[in-house]
Amino acid sequence: MSVSIQSIHKTFGNYTALDDVSLEVPNGSLTALLGPSGSGKTTLLRIVAGLEYADPGSGRVLFHGEDVTEVPAGKRGVGFVFQHYALFKHMTVADNIAFGLTVLPAASRPQKKEIDDRVKELLRLVKLEGLDKRRPHELSGGQRQRVALARALAIRPKVLLLDEPFGALDAQVRKDLRRWLRQFHDEIGLTTLFVTHDQEEALELADSVVVMRNARIEQTGPPQGIYDEPRTSFVYEFLGEVNKLDDGRYVRPHEIELLFAAEEGVHLAGRVSHLFVAGPVARLSVMPETGSRREIEVWATRDQVDEMALSVGDIVGLRFPELKASQRPRKTPEKDDPNDHSI
Amino acid sequence: MSRPSATTESGPVRWLLIGLAFVALSLFLLLPLAAVFVEALRQGWDVFIKAFSDKAAASAIKLTLLSAAIAVPLNTIFGVAAAWLVTKFRFKGRSFLISLIDLPFAVSPVIAGLVFVLLFGARGWFGPFLQEHDIRIIFALPGIVLATVFVTFPFVARELIPLMESQGSDQEEAAVTLGAGGWQIFWRVTVPNIKWGLLYGILLCNARAMGEFGAVSVVSGHIRGKTNTLPLHVEVLYNEYHFSAAFACAALLALLALVTLGLKTAVEHFTGHTTKGRH
Amino acid sequence: MAKQRVIPGFGLSLGITITWLSLIILIPLAALFIKAAGLGPDDWKKILTSPQVLAAAKLTFGASAAAAAVSVVIGLLTAWVLVRYDFPGRKILDAMVDLPFALPTAVAGITLTSIYAPNGWIGQYLEAWGIKVAYTPTGVWVALTFIGFPFVVRTVQPVMEDLALELEEAAASLGANRWTTFRRVIFPMLVPALITGFTLAFARAIGEYGSVIFISGNLPMKTEILPRLIVSQLEQYKYEAAAVIASGMLIVSFALLFLINLLQRRLNWQAR
Repeated sequence: MSVSIQSIHKTFGNYTALDDVSLEVPNGSLTALLGPSGSGKTTLLRIVAGLEYADPGSGRVLFHGEDVTEVPAGKRGVGFVFQHYALFKHMTVADNIAFGLTVLPAASRPQKKEIDDRVKELLRLVKLEGLDKRRPHELSGGQRQRVALARALAIRPKVLLLDEPFGALDAQVRKDLRRWLRQFHDEIGLTTLFVTHDQEEALELADSVVVMRNARIEQTGPPQGIYDEPRTSFVYEFLGEVNKLDDGRYVRPHEIELLFAAEEGVHLAGRVSHLFVAGPVARLSVMPETGSRREIEVWATRDQVDEMALSVGDIVGLRFPELKASQRPRKTPEKDDPNDHSI
Repeated sequence: MSRPSATTESGPVRWLLIGLAFVALSLFLLLPLAAVFVEALRQGWDVFIKAFSDKAAASAIKLTLLSAAIAVPLNTIFGVAAAWLVTKFRFKGRSFLISLIDLPFAVSPVIAGLVFVLLFGARGWFGPFLQEHDIRIIFALPGIVLATVFVTFPFVARELIPLMESQGSDQEEAAVTLGAGGWQIFWRVTVPNIKWGLLYGILLCNARAMGEFGAVSVVSGHIRGKTNTLPLHVEVLYNEYHFSAAFACAALLALLALVTLGLKTAVEHFTGHTTKGRH
Repeated sequence: MAKQRVIPGFGLSLGITITWLSLIILIPLAALFIKAAGLGPDDWKKILTSPQVLAAAKLTFGASAAAAAVSVVIGLLTAWVLVRYDFPGRKILDAMVDLPFALPTAVAGITLTSIYAPNGWIGQYLEAWGIKVAYTPTGVWVALTFIGFPFVVRTVQPVMEDLALELEEAAASLGANRWTTFRRVIFPMLVPALITGFTLAFARAIGEYGSVIFISGNLPMKTEILPRLIVSQLEQYKYEAAAVIASGMLIVSFALLFLINLLQRRLNWQAR
């Protein structure tokens, strides 16, 4: 089912959490809401779920063309996975998963047998067979996360919403679960919207990334498109490391070619001020000789650095890629820095 | 608990402080407690037992139980509703409301009794009306219940508010997204999470309700065998120099206090965290 | 359009809370003030400045302040020992601290009287030294301290448990000895909690009745506390006088609580 968000405003007292936000989420897609804390992404997710209501009269939320703006959360048919899972800690895993079915009115509530079967099926789906009698405190973080997911899926939601799904997990579990979730999504094909502040997570996992900042959407698009062609300086800076050159251009560290200073095609010469080799990758900081005080980060291969026999203090040449439109992004207004107008 | 030496005191200082605390608390707590039971049994078991077979004593016990049985459930319902209101919702005047809930803590029990005398007493606002319709509130059970409710008003709410605040509303919101209705959320999600705190609040409320003296003393009229609660009965016996009988009844109330403390410790043991707070 | 709320029960819980609060607390208290306001300022002045009221007020507020102050000392010591040290009997001691909360005040009253009476367990020794406790203002102070010190323990204890050990380690590593660390690092962090504890003990003491009236003896002008004075006015059917004294007492204690609250907010703000 597609989700359509149309010019939503949300204020908390004097604070504006969402300022005229509109977004289309296509049916069956996996969409990431990406942004720093305070950007409004969680508020947007909660409005889609019906856990917050947009400012009266401001805009609409449509599920497959049907206006659900006034529909209470319990009737929207959304599955919501909370950041800290919000598992019912006094219930077993099975009871947690079955909860949404057992609270149905007697007329539409499935038979006990049916509920048990559904719970079993969901446990299998999230790979937690045999843990049905456990209680939440007896599970690892990754297991709790999957119980929360199974509980949300039990009511056969039309949309799945996840708030910082990997936020509370260790680095390794995070990675595993991320891949698993992608696979899982491909299998069940449920329209899914998740919130994250981690750009790597958004880029790796999502079909479509929505970058948010200061209560507004900065840019929407497929991960590769957003990474390669950021429309604003904020998006450029938020999605991975980037150098801002004196002429206002943005260049990612891996796009810079490392040469000897005297070679042809060198755009800029500078002194290596820092050199760090980790495995096959070498990271250099180069201080331009032109008198600019802005260090330039360059990523090269270890082989190249070895070949050139570089060490800290050496002079190197840098060659920038040809200018693309995207390298001069629109200034993100509030972040304007008066010192940035140097040539 | 072994602490690194840099952050604890030397042995002698430590034992001096422990010793001081022990002496202070023994004088303050254990001695009075022991005195209750020693005085109660000073004239032997017979006198002790006889103190309760007295008609007035039996009726005092009955009245105490009855007024607590009315006041405690009422304040429990209020406490749960108030805690739900101030922890699950944000609204204008919320912190003011919390202060109002605490208000009875700052009001003398005597004043708690006085206000109802001024409202319902023979010369009070509703006095003539009540007399006309032959309804007794002051110097009768309703007045005793009202005064008790006033004094024990904040106990359950006070216990639940910090607890529910710290638990947040995540689980309730999860239940909402899963389609649960209000009472389903309350009984199936909230109550299991707060049951120990609730129980403790009810225990404290009950202990205070059964032991309340000042407020009840003002509204009861001290009609022997009729409107005397157990604490008032203790006073009457004491003032009539029936010391052993007075202390025998006091011992029963002290026992109630000890049971309350014991249950409280058990509750803390069950929940694994303390329910310490303001009372 | 009414504001929508996600969790149900706003209307119901608001209705119950406001109704009960109004019926039991607000309307009766308002009735008290209205009754008292029925008398003119001259009558107020006459009642509140009568020697008996002044003497009772002095005793009530004086003994309450003194009791709360001593409660702070005993409470701090008790909380420190309970939080910082492990020793046999710690758990029992910890549980016993709540006894004054749970013990009916009348029981506390007659028991303290029997202990501190001239022939009592403690009273006989004090008597030998020429110290009288029962039936004197000292007795009032003893009873109020008994009632008050658990408030201090229970407000300071959780704060003390949450103090970061690193702060003390930092102080130690910078060469401070334990006393200096306590005085300059730990104590300042406990001050807001101590003030809260003091306030609670003080507020409770001002209104305390049951535990005081037995040990004080209730001699007018000497050992009569304000709540007892209100009761004696009632017994003489002087409803207006009782209402005025009660109103005055409430106004003074609300004002004091408010002031202490302000002071504490400032302290908390500074501590941030």
